[in-house]
Amino acid sequence: MNKIVEKEYFSEKVVKIVVEAPEIAKSRKAGNFVILRVGEKGERFPLTIAGADPEKGTITLVVQTVGVSSSKLAALHPGDFITDLVGPLGQATHVEKKGTILAAGGGVGIAPMLPIVEAFKKAGNRVISVIAARSRDLIILEEQIREWSDEVVVMTDDGSYGRQGLVTTGMEEVILREKVDECIVIGPAIMMKFAALLTKKYNIPTQASLNTIMVDGTGMCGACRVTVGGKTRFTCVDGPEFDAHQIDFDEMLMRMGAYRNEEKQAFDHYVHQCQCQKEKP
Amino acid sequence: MSIDPETIKKERSVGWREELRSKTKNKDRVAIERVHMPELEPEIRVHHQDREVNRGLTLAQATLEAIRCMDCVNPTCIEGCPVSINIPKFIKYIESGDILSAASTLKETNALPAVCGRVCPQEKQCESRCFYVEKLKKPPVAIGYLERFAADFERESGSCNIPETLPPNGIRVATVGSGPAALAFAGDMAKYGYDVTVFEALHEIGGVLKYGIPEFRLPNAIVDFELENLRKMGVKFVTNFIVGRTATFDDLKEQGFKGFFIGSGAGLPRFMEIPGENFNGILSSNEYLTRVNLMEAHSDDSDTPILRGKNVAVIGGGNTAMDSVRTALRLGAERAIIIYRRSEVEMPARVEEVKHAKEEGVEFMTLCNPVEYFADKNGRVNRMRVVRMDLGEPDASGRRRPMVIEGSEFDLDVDLVIVAVGVSPNPLVPASLPGLNVSRWGTIIVDEDKMQTSIPEMFAGGDIVRGGATVILAMGDGRRAAEHMHFFLMTK
Repeated sequence: MNKIVEKEYFSEKVVKIVVEAPEIAKSRKAGNFVILRVGEKGERFPLTIAGADPEKGTITLVVQTVGVSSSKLAALHPGDFITDLVGPLGQATHVEKKGTILAAGGGVGIAPMLPIVEAFKKAGNRVISVIAARSRDLIILEEQIREWSDEVVVMTDDGSYGRQGLVTTGMEEVILREKVDECIVIGPAIMMKFAALLTKKYNIPTQASLNTIMVDGTGMCGACRVTVGGKTRFTCVDGPEFDAHQIDFDEMLMRMGAYRNEEKQAFDHYVHQCQCQKEKP
Repeated sequence: MSIDPETIKKERSVGWREELRSKTKNKDRVAIERVHMPELEPEIRVHHQDREVNRGLTLAQATLEAIRCMDCVNPTCIEGCPVSINIPKFIKYIESGDILSAASTLKETNALPAVCGRVCPQEKQCESRCFYVEKLKKPPVAIGYLERFAADFERESGSCNIPETLPPNGIRVATVGSGPAALAFAGDMAKYGYDVTVFEALHEIGGVLKYGIPEFRLPNAIVDFELENLRKMGVKFVTNFIVGRTATFDDLKEQGFKGFFIGSGAGLPRFMEIPGENFNGILSSNEYLTRVNLMEAHSDDSDTPILRGKNVAVIGGGNTAMDSVRTALRLGAERAIIIYRRSEVEMPARVEEVKHAKEEGVEFMTLCNPVEYFADKNGRVNRMRVVRMDLGEPDASGRRRPMVIEGSEFDLDVDLVIVAVGVSPNPLVPASLPGLNVSRWGTIIVDEDKMQTSIPEMFAGGDIVRGGATVILAMGDGRRAAEHMHFFLMTK
């Protein structure tokens, strides 16, 4: 049981949660994730760690409500407990001084990008961050990203903030302007797919951090398998970061939908239940 | 670790055992037929994931079966037991009507008797060494059924005898993992007086007993009861904790832990690496069984989703394959097929599991192997290609090597495929210990006698050492590790 100490809404659907997890706060590294479970009938699901405070013994998670489990987590309040929380899992980001790093984060993917940007900056790199979302209210953690970036480019689909256009537009401008030694991309699978295609065109080594379906998160189930360089790899123990140019994103997109019907049914049921409870006097 | 023969002899010569032996002539004992396990009817049980198939013996059945045991001078059955249960002693307690003492006898050497009584392959172990089999060519005494009976009787009686422990010695030891190997280790170390903490990565204690073996074969409540016994012996349990990750081994040493037992299991499922294997609807038995057994995905109030198939193929011939295929039937499959590349004789599954699966309507396609999968436009598997096999010369495992029959391919309509072709050792723990000697398969290398690894204070056992075995062999490893870690820590 891990206590929530702080909660902040970034937007209607995106919530930041600070939770007590003293051991993980100490042992986590950039790129690691945790597995959580909310309620005794809850599902296990992964979230990449967005930050940690070893002194306070807390970690920061950012969740976007898309289904039952994320909604249940987002509905918790400070003082509530997360039933189960385990980590840190996954391989940490390989951080070293490489020169100029281009970090691209899409939507809620900006949150797990933050510790990676921080780590690369601390390792002495020039860091340029491109953060992108559909609209202004979905651009999160801009200030924190700015703190660890030499430059920040903000892109929105509708042009309500920063520049109008996709994340790849912002990335390409940077690539054309100056030498980029390595790219990091985190966000929806479809965004990472096109970001990877772009950097492949310019032959820039690129890491993508994947958010596949998982059950245990320790290598046991294989739900998270992805094809990288023609070989099946497990996101939980071999990843979550892989060479973006080697990832079969189309297969990953297909596999992300493995339980779509079941998840939709469960979510409809959950929404219905919530409404019924609200309607009760 | 085996019981000292002198002790066995001495215990055999006590008054009540002698009286029992003289009460019934051996001629009359062997005339009794082996008991049949009462079972839930196949037509009923295929609709219930949570109802146990084997119902357990009645007191009358158990007593009669116990009379069959001749209380041999040289009880070879004990040699067949990886945890060296004093088998004649517990059976004779049953015959005498003192079932609680029978249960205590089991717990002298076995931390999980109600589990072992249900899932051990007795036909390959104790029962294969029974006098009835070795000398009389008759069905063995039903040692497994009797073990289960005694353990269940005690649990249901409400009077639970906790094994004696030596006074606390204040020395902290830890297990990595909470499956059968770790629990057996924990039980013995608690008896020696150690302060034992069991660390588990998942949110439930029990390892494969919880996530792997289905309710219809081993109810989780039974496991929980045995865990409660260990708790009463002073064993502490910590869930959601990955040793080497959440905290390092060095962190734990700083907290005073002097010895570690690694029983992290063979977590990594193997796939066949054939075309189409990553389509949706093709999953490892670990994933399928974990969703159902641990996450209760089949029940309405669980948040965890499960794929239900009408035409389900399970690849493999082990107990996990049987558990998966029988689960698929219970979750509504109209056709559930085992696809196994050798013949039924070579199947590693327990005879009882194969029998139960057949009674429930599982189809067996032996000497068949998948070669490719096909999917619909959404990427959900809808068809598989299978090739027929023939058996050649025996391979390293002693089983005849399966060989493809050219041109024998045929297609099957399937909407769910469960791959149960084995597991590899979980890399998580070995990866966090640079000094640890690991084989090229990823198993931890130990001194086979002591179960000690290349790092002296670390011992290991179960599937992380064996690569994939049984509950009882893992428990045997745990016990041996405990004995030798005790010696190591006392003489250090």
